[in-house]
Amino acid sequence: MPSPDDRKYSKEHEWLLIDGDTATVGITDYAQDQLGDIVYVDLPEAGSTVTQFEKMGEIESVKAVSDLYTPASGEVVEVNQQVVEKPELVNSDPHGAGWLIRIRLADASEADRLMSAADYDAFTAAESNDGALGP
Amino acid sequence: MSAPPSSETLRKTPLFDLHERQGGRIVPFAGWAMPVQYRGIVEEHRAVRERAGVFDVSHMGRLFVVGADAARLLRRALTYDVTSLPEGHGHYTLLCNDDGGIIDDPYVYRLDQQRFLVVGNAANAERDRERIASFVEPGMDAELLDRQSQTVMLAVQGPAASGYVARIVGPDVAAIEKRACTELPYMQTKLFVSRTGYTGEDGFEIVASIDAGRALWRLLLAEGVEPCGLGARDTLRLEAALPLWGNDIDETTDPYEAGLGWVVSLDDEADFAGRAALERLKQAGVTRRLSCLLADGRGVIRSGYPVLHGGRQIATTTSGGHSPTLNTSIAMAYLPKDLAAPGTALAVDVRGRTVPVTVIKRPFLRKPAAAPSTTSNPQPHDQRDKLAG
Repeated sequence: MPSPDDRKYSKEHEWLLIDGDTATVGITDYAQDQLGDIVYVDLPEAGSTVTQFEKMGEIESVKAVSDLYTPASGEVVEVNQQVVEKPELVNSDPHGAGWLIRIRLADASEADRLMSAADYDAFTAAESNDGALGP
Repeated sequence: MSAPPSSETLRKTPLFDLHERQGGRIVPFAGWAMPVQYRGIVEEHRAVRERAGVFDVSHMGRLFVVGADAARLLRRALTYDVTSLPEGHGHYTLLCNDDGGIIDDPYVYRLDQQRFLVVGNAANAERDRERIASFVEPGMDAELLDRQSQTVMLAVQGPAASGYVARIVGPDVAAIEKRACTELPYMQTKLFVSRTGYTGEDGFEIVASIDAGRALWRLLLAEGVEPCGLGARDTLRLEAALPLWGNDIDETTDPYEAGLGWVVSLDDEADFAGRAALERLKQAGVTRRLSCLLADGRGVIRSGYPVLHGGRQIATTTSGGHSPTLNTSIAMAYLPKDLAAPGTALAVDVRGRTVPVTVIKRPFLRKPAAAPSTTSNPQPHDQRDKLAG
C-alpha cells in the first residue's frame, strides 16, 4: 500500500503533515509493521522544544525498544493522549488516530530535507526486512 | 562473487518453506533461522491462552537413549532420578556441571524400560549429547541416537489443543495425562506425543517424521490452529515464569536459587553429575532467589535492567517483557533472600527511568489444571487465572 502523499517522510520512518504553521508527527505504517505490537510510547511534553532529526522519545513493542526522532523542529503544542493510553492505536491507524505530537514549526524550510511519499516507499522497499529501525 | 548472506549459514527446520509461505518473520535464534511471529506476537499469545496455537520447535535437541543400561546412564547424567520414572511418563530435569551449575534443563521422557527421549535447548543440543556420552562406561548397553535433523517437533498448546490434535491424530491423545507420553501410529509412521509444553497451558509436544510433521502442521493450520513464533513462545513462558536457559539459568546459577530444587533427586545413592556440589549447596542454603517482578508503571522491563532497592542496585533482570495477559511489564531476577518475599516494593531502572515493581509469588499467571477428557472425575478447577498470590 503506497504511503499517503499529503505528507513528508524521514529516513527514521516518521511522517510530518503540515497544516499552516503547525504540523502533526507520527510513525509510518512500515515502521509500525516492523516494530510489531506497540505497548508503550514515551513522548515529549507539551511546551517542550524538539529539534529536527534528534531523539524526541521512545516507542516500545513487545519485541524491542526504538528511539523516536522528530522530522521537524519546533515547540510541542499537543501530545496525543489517546496514544499514550492506547499505544496499539499506532499499529491500527499509524497515519491517522495513531499520530504522536503536534508542533509549531520553527522553520518551514526544514521540510525540504524530508522525502516525498514516492521516495519514501522506494526507500523502504530497498531496506532489508530485518526489523531494524532508525540509525 | 559476494559472500553469501549470513542467513545462509543458519540451520533451517524441515518446515522453513511453510513458515515463509505463511508470512512468518524469520530471525536468527541459537544458530537457526526461525519465525519470530506470523500475524503478531500479541495475537498469537492470545490464541494460545484462549484457543490453540502451534509452534515449530524442531530446533530443540532430540536425543533418544536406548538400551538395557539407558536408565543407569541417564541417572549418572541428569539430576532427576529417571529410574523412578514410570514408562510413558516424562519429567523436567537438569544437566549440571561438577559445580552444580546448570548446563541445560532438558525434559526427559521414558517411552519404555529401555528407551528414553531427552529434549534439550537448541543452543545446547550438541553439548548435551557430548555430556551424556561422557558417562557411557565400557560394556554399558546404551546408545545415543540423535534425531534432531531427521524429525520435526511441534508444540500444540492451548485450552482447545486436545480437541484439534484428537481430530487429526486420533481420539487416543485426549487420554494422555499431564506430563505423560505415548507413541501413536500416523501416516504409516509413529508419532511421539507427550502432554507437555512451555506455555503454562494444556497442550502436546509431538515428534514426527519430516513428512508426517509437515502434514500435521498443514492440517492443524487448516483446522484453524494459530501458527505461532518464538515471540509468543517467550511471552507465554514468561507469564508462566518458566525459566529460559541462557537468560534465567545457566552454568553460573544453581538449581536451588532458581527454584528448581524439586528436580534434583538426592533420595537415592546415585552418583550423578554435580551431586557433591549440589548437596553442599542445599546444605548451605540459598542467598538469592529467582523471583517474579510485576511493574506498577509504564515502560517495558527487559532482560539486563538494574533492579533497585533504596536507590541501590541489588540485582539485574534475567528476563523481562510485556505481558499481554496482564497488560503490564513482568520480569524475573535473582533477588537477595531478604528482599525476595512477595509484596516487597522495589524498582527497575528502565533506561534511566525508575519504574516501581512489586515482588509477587511465582508464577505470574496460573491456569486451571488440565484434566484428560476421559477422566470421569473432573478435577477441581482453580479459577484464579489472573495473578497468583
